[in-house]
Amino acid sequence: MSKTYDLLLSAHKVTKRFGGLTAVNEVSVDLKLGQIHAVIGPNGAGKSTLANLLTGDMPASSGHVTLKGQDITGWTPEKISRNGLGRSYQKTNIFRSFTVWDNVRLSAQSRSQPMPFNPLAWLQNADAMQDVNQRAERAIELAGLKDRRHALAGAASHGEQRQLEIAMTLATEPQVLLLDEPLAGMGVAEADSMVQLLLRLKSSHAMMLVEHDIDAIFTLADQLTVMVNGTVIASGLPSAVRADSSVQAAYLGEDH
Amino acid sequence: MSDTRAPLETLPRSLNILLALALLTLAAFPFVGTDYYLQVVTRMMILAIFAMSLDLLQGVTGLVSLGHAAYFGVAGYALAFFTPAGEPISLWWSLPAAVGVSALLALIIGFLVVRTHGIYFIMVTMAFSQMVFYAFFDNKALGGSDGVYINFKPEAMLFDLENKTTFYFFTLAMMLVVYLFLRRLLWSPFGRALSGIRVNEHRMRALGFGTFGHKLAAFTLAGALAGLAGYLWGAQSGYVNPELLGFHMSAHVIMMVILGGMGNFAGAIVGAFSFEYLLHLFKDLPEIAGFHLGKHWQLWMGLFIVALVILAPRGILGLFATLLKSKETGHE
Repeated sequence: MSKTYDLLLSAHKVTKRFGGLTAVNEVSVDLKLGQIHAVIGPNGAGKSTLANLLTGDMPASSGHVTLKGQDITGWTPEKISRNGLGRSYQKTNIFRSFTVWDNVRLSAQSRSQPMPFNPLAWLQNADAMQDVNQRAERAIELAGLKDRRHALAGAASHGEQRQLEIAMTLATEPQVLLLDEPLAGMGVAEADSMVQLLLRLKSSHAMMLVEHDIDAIFTLADQLTVMVNGTVIASGLPSAVRADSSVQAAYLGEDH
Repeated sequence: MSDTRAPLETLPRSLNILLALALLTLAAFPFVGTDYYLQVVTRMMILAIFAMSLDLLQGVTGLVSLGHAAYFGVAGYALAFFTPAGEPISLWWSLPAAVGVSALLALIIGFLVVRTHGIYFIMVTMAFSQMVFYAFFDNKALGGSDGVYINFKPEAMLFDLENKTTFYFFTLAMMLVVYLFLRRLLWSPFGRALSGIRVNEHRMRALGFGTFGHKLAAFTLAGALAGLAGYLWGAQSGYVNPELLGFHMSAHVIMMVILGGMGNFAGAIVGAFSFEYLLHLFKDLPEIAGFHLGKHWQLWMGLFIVALVILAPRGILGLFATLLKSKETGHE
C-alpha cells in the first residue's frame, strides 16, 4: 500500500460556465477517507456538473482539483480514473449488449490493461486473467448481483442496473467514489440494501454522494453541502445544515 | 436471451461445423477446379482478408472507415515498386515491408482521424483516402492513372508462387492465419476493450481505458492486414492501378462486411465470397428489350444489400445463426 491520505479529494473554487450561464460557481468540496459527503440541491443546481468537473468529463472554467495530493486539473477522465477515482452515473451508463458479468469483468480489466500496441497481449485470453476475475467477483458480490451474472445488462431491471453501476465502479477499486443518485428510482427494499452497501464501503473510501432521498442522506452523510443555482448556500455537519434558515427556505422547507 | 442487433461474436455449433466444411471444400477445390476458377476463388480469399481487416474496425470497434482501400492499395503499389524490372523480389522481405508501409500510413492517418467520432470519422477517413488516391492518380512517377505492372510474382524459394495452385494454397493459408489471429484477438483484453469502445466509449474512458490508444492500435492493425490483402492482390494480378485505393473499393469492402455479418470475422469471409459471386451474377444478367441489365450491376447489388439489411440486419451469417439456433434450441 502506498501512503494513505486522510484528505483524498479536494476541489477548490471550481467554476463551470456555459456561455452566459454559470452552472457551477466557485464550489469547494473536500472528500475524506471514511466519510460520506452528500451534495443536495434542486434539479439544475449543478450537482452532476460538479461531478463532471471532478472526473474530468468536463474541463473546469477555473479553480482546481487535487486527488491524493496531486493536482489533477485538466487531466483526462481515463487518467483520473486510473489514479483512484470511480464514478457511478445518474443516468445508467452501462454496456447494454453485454451480460452483467462482462460489464463488471471489463471494468475490472481496466486495472490490468496491457498497452494497446503490445502484440503479445493481442493473443492473451481475457477470461483467464486471474486478478481481473477476482476483482470482478468481489465487486459483483458486494453489489449483490452474483445470481444475475448471466443476464443481459440491457434487459436487467432498473434496480439491478443501478446495482450494476456500483459494481462496475467498485471493480476498478477506487479510493474515491462519486455516486450520482445511486438510489434514484429504486424500490424500498433495493434502496435499503444500497444504503447498507454504502455504509459498508464507507470505512475504506472517500465518498461524494449526490442524492435526492433526504432520509438516506441523514442516515449516511457525515458532511452535507447544499447547492442552489450553481452556488453552495450551506456546508457542514448535516445537523447544522438542517438548522440553517437559508437552507430551510431554499430546499429542505419543501420537504419538512 | 440475446440482443438481436448486437454484432454476432459467437456462432452456434452447427454453423461452425458448416464453416469448417466450407473450409475443407476450399482446400479440396484446386483438385477439381479449372485454372480460371482457381484464380476467381483466390481473388475471393484475398478480398476476404481485406474484409476481415475492416471488420476489426467496423464490427468490433464500431469505427466505419470509408477509406480503408488506401491501406489495401498502397501495399500493392509497394510490391510494384519493390519489384525490379527484370527479376522477382523475395517474398520474405517484400511482404513484411509492404505490410509495414500500410501499417505506417494507417498509423499516421489514424493518429489524426481516431480523435473524431461518428459521421466526422467517416468523412475524414474518406478525405484522407482520396488524398492518397490522387497522390497516385495525378503523379506520373507513381504510375499515374494507368498504374504499374508487376512483371514477376514474389520469389519464395520454398515454393513457386507462379504456380496458380501454389498461390491458391498460400492465399488460403494466409486467410486462415488472419482469421485465427483475429478470433484470438477478439477475446484478448485488447479485443474486449475494443468491443467496449463500440458499445460505450464514454464509459470506457470513465473506467480508465485509454480509448485513443486502443482505437489507434486497431486502426493501424487493420491497415496492416488490409496491406497484406493488397500485396496478395498485386502479386496475383501482376498489376496495380489507382482504383485499388479508390472510393469504390472502400465502399465495396464495407458492403462485404455488412453482407456477411459484422463482428466475428467469419461473416467478413462469407461476405467477400458472396459479394464477388453476386457481382459476377449481376454482371452476367441478360439484355431485355434493349436494356442491358448486367451493365447496371451496381443497382442490383445495392437493392440486394438494402433488402438484406432490412430482412437480416446481421447479414448472411446472422441469418443462418438465427435459423440454426432456433432449430438447436427447438430440439432441447
